[in-house]
Amino acid sequence: MKRKDIVIGLGLAAVLAVFSFLASSFPDGLERVAVDKDFIERSASLIKSPIPDYLFPGISHKKLAGSIAGIAGVLLVFGLGIGLSSLLRKRI
Amino acid sequence: MHLPDGFLSPPVFASGWVLALGSLSYCLKKTREILKDKMIPLMGVMAAFIFAAQMLNFPVLGGTSGHLLGGVLAAVALGPFAGFIVISLVLAVQCLVFQDGGITALGANIVNMGLAGTIVGYYIYAALKKSVFRNNALAAVFLSAWVSVILASGLCALELAFSQASPLNIVLPAMLFVHVFIGLGEAIITGMVVMFIIKVRPDLIYAKPAG
Repeated sequence: MKRKDIVIGLGLAAVLAVFSFLASSFPDGLERVAVDKDFIERSASLIKSPIPDYLFPGISHKKLAGSIAGIAGVLLVFGLGIGLSSLLRKRI
Repeated sequence: MHLPDGFLSPPVFASGWVLALGSLSYCLKKTREILKDKMIPLMGVMAAFIFAAQMLNFPVLGGTSGHLLGGVLAAVALGPFAGFIVISLVLAVQCLVFQDGGITALGANIVNMGLAGTIVGYYIYAALKKSVFRNNALAAVFLSAWVSVILASGLCALELAFSQASPLNIVLPAMLFVHVFIGLGEAIITGMVVMFIIKVRPDLIYAKPAG
């Protein structure tokens, strides 16, 4: 994959992440079923995460917090994806 | 479809972890065998794209939303095993960094979206491409993406039933029903993205290694 393609792919992901605040805020399929069928109260959070609910902490503007969280995630996942596959390649 | 903590009972989520770790180990091994240089950046870009796309919920029915799973997409580009790795990576980051999906449930989420949603979805795509849709890869992609989401949701429902979160005859139809519609969204998005990839970089579509 040429560098240009990587930049385009990553750029597209970044654009999607930035505009994530446009996403529907309705509960997803599983959550909806959990609410309708009355087992949503079982839900618990056993660990504390740095960017809960895709809102970057310390930023009061909610849309900005969301976009930054999205960008952070995109970069992190990209880096880990490349890192992991590079590691796998080297082991041959 | 990200299960939070608390929905699944310990025997169920523990089984999920066992199956997920076993699958991860196998898929890492298989990926290492077939990994080509061009796949390395593609794994990064796919993971980034799927992560971002999963943030973009679209409304379905009334008052519900869905989002891309991306399993068949990842597998069409990278093959079933590397695709599984990518999806698992996205799920792990979502759980650990963004609190999307529980840590005890991560194994089950990987099983649902990685095994059912990605690997089984891939083999459905491959089977359709070989038989009914020999000249129409896009139709194979569309249908397999749709089915993959429904299958993943069905598996999720089974886990919820076994955990006694809800009776099977209640939770299974409910999950399947809403995911028929979410799956349609998956099929459309996956089809469009694959169509785009085929047009600009057909070499980035996974081809099963000979022998």
